Amino acid sequence: MTESGTPVVPEGVSELDVVGVRRGSFQVSGSGDTSGFGGLVSPIVMPAPTERPYGGWFDELADEIELALADRNLPVSSVIDKVVVDRDEITFFVLAEYIVDFARMLRDEPGLRFEMCLGVNGVHYPEDKGRELHAVYPFLSITHNRRLRVEVTAADANPHIPSIVGIYPSNDWHERETWDFFGIVFDDHPSLTRIEMPDDWAGHPQRKDYPLGGIPVEYKGATIPAPDNRRAYN
Amino acid sequence: MSDVTYSSAADPGEDVYADSYETVDGTIYNLAGGDWDSIAAAPEGEKERIVVNMGPQHPSTHGVLRLVLELDGETVVDARCGIGYLHTGIEKNMEYRTWVQGVTFVTRMDYLTPFFNEAAYVLAVEKLLGITQDIPERANVIRVLMMELNRISSHLVALATGGMELGALTAMTFGFRERELLLDLFEMVTGLRMNSAFFRPGGVAQDLPSDGEKAIRDTLPLLRKRMKDTADLLIDNAIWMGRTVDVGYLDLQGCMALGMTGPVLRSAGLPHDLRKSQPYCGYETYEFDVPTQTSCDAYGRFLIRIAEMHESLKIVEQCLDRLTPGPVMVEDKKIAWPAQLSIGSDGQGNSTEHIKHIMSESMESLIHHFKLVTEGFTVPAGQAYVAVESPRGELGAHVVSSGGTRPYRVHFRDPSFNNLQATAAMSEGSMVADIIAAVASIDPVMGGVDR
Repeated sequence: MTESGTPVVPEGVSELDVVGVRRGSFQVSGSGDTSGFGGLVSPIVMPAPTERPYGGWFDELADEIELALADRNLPVSSVIDKVVVDRDEITFFVLAEYIVDFARMLRDEPGLRFEMCLGVNGVHYPEDKGRELHAVYPFLSITHNRRLRVEVTAADANPHIPSIVGIYPSNDWHERETWDFFGIVFDDHPSLTRIEMPDDWAGHPQRKDYPLGGIPVEYKGATIPAPDNRRAYN
Repeated sequence: MSDVTYSSAADPGEDVYADSYETVDGTIYNLAGGDWDSIAAAPEGEKERIVVNMGPQHPSTHGVLRLVLELDGETVVDARCGIGYLHTGIEKNMEYRTWVQGVTFVTRMDYLTPFFNEAAYVLAVEKLLGITQDIPERANVIRVLMMELNRISSHLVALATGGMELGALTAMTFGFRERELLLDLFEMVTGLRMNSAFFRPGGVAQDLPSDGEKAIRDTLPLLRKRMKDTADLLIDNAIWMGRTVDVGYLDLQGCMALGMTGPVLRSAGLPHDLRKSQPYCGYETYEFDVPTQTSCDAYGRFLIRIAEMHESLKIVEQCLDRLTPGPVMVEDKKIAWPAQLSIGSDGQGNSTEHIKHIMSESMESLIHHFKLVTEGFTVPAGQAYVAVESPRGELGAHVVSSGGTRPYRVHFRDPSFNNLQATAAMSEGSMVADIIAAVASIDPVMGGVDR
């Protein structure tokens, strides 16, 4: 870590995936922190993209995917943004416009045969400019007993990702939930309506810019702030 | 009343249900009502259809589930689910608590399977920490033991509520009575009958009580006998079979398309069980079978649950046989919870030995305790997806860390949420009464569906 808070890029890694900046040692700013830790600035760095070889069966899987993409006349470099191998899990970052083709390939290709998509989950990185919203799809192949993760990003300004309900019908409610909580619009979803929150709810509650809410707890004259306003460590 | 102008209901843009006229005080609406026929004539050639809102408060919808049914006579033409009545924002709340506090939230999601919720979450956190291999053997055995007892109690409630919804009230009293035996064991081991928050990142909250092993062993024969009673009551019961055989049909193709897991998938003949295919907590070392049926119906799912309870009893016995003394928490003091719980004069509290140590012997221990309890430990940035085989299917936990002391994002892929999507496929075209059996055979728990 350099003094300015920018991370040092290790050798063999092309770029670091910085998704945010952490300031200070305590979450609440302006709380009268006199410890000096309030001046700390450190980037939040997600695991960096991995270069070949990935190790284990990941290389075999990547080969299958590259061959299958070639069969479909899809250039690998434009479909897959990057690959991250971390904690024995492999993640393919796929560009949004290709997610439908990619999902169909995962399902239909005999060497891949990912029968199940276990839903989709949103993650909101407000500081990851231009790709604030991430949609994360876990896939399971019962035939080959493998798991893989596909991650698609979208900008807050244009939160559109094509729906894969046509390929994996099980994603119907999962995409509705992700729309409900994050505001990601899954284009061509048969009925993209709220599912957990009331129909007339304003806002998307699980985004980072949506407050947790809550009221202070009062007990015997003392007041403890609501959970999102408590002094905390981050 | 010269300043009053009546408007005609035929005007475009007017509300046909309420006449209105303008006065100096504003618009006055006339809600006198009227006959349906005068408002809308039935379309030609279309038979009468009734839309019924079943639930969300209804004794047979298996929780606060709303079913919107379009009926043609007594046949269900269209079935849609409305969910969200039990949404509690658990995932959002967890982003404002430490990693350890998260367990207290997840245990409340699917309230019939608290140990599975905790297991999925702590396994994901342990994977992010990279300590999966360091969990002590005894902690893993206790986890498997509690999970399998929990599988039995969950399946008992599935039979009990399913039975009740179909009118078999004896099945309900039997199911809840047997579950009570298991809840007593949970209370003895964890202190709580439900929502135990017993699994912690790194191990379990505390060791079994000194008489715990014996108490579990002594309960098993009675449990086995009573489980047989419940099974005998229903397995060849003509009324039960009449209500469940060929009801809620969903074949393997439908199951795969809808992402079904658990007993519903196994009732279509596929022996897919994560305990076998992707073992965790040492499941690969236990001997048990994965029961399947090929009938694809509610009766098959009932038989699978009965068989799975017996397989779980087999695993419980193997767990009891291999319980050897040892630690129940990782050695790493940067992660392991510093204190042990014990029963004080007020019925709760930390062990007096530990309190004495930090309060009067070691300043450093006090600092360590304070830092770990208030600040918590940090988890290296990254994400992990861990799935466990809950009684309802694949329960997945997707946990994202930004390197802080609190989760950046936690999401649960709850099997009830996913499986409930099959309601329409299972019940459209059937009788109204059959939709109850179909939903009961999915066995959704709304606390898990809505989180």
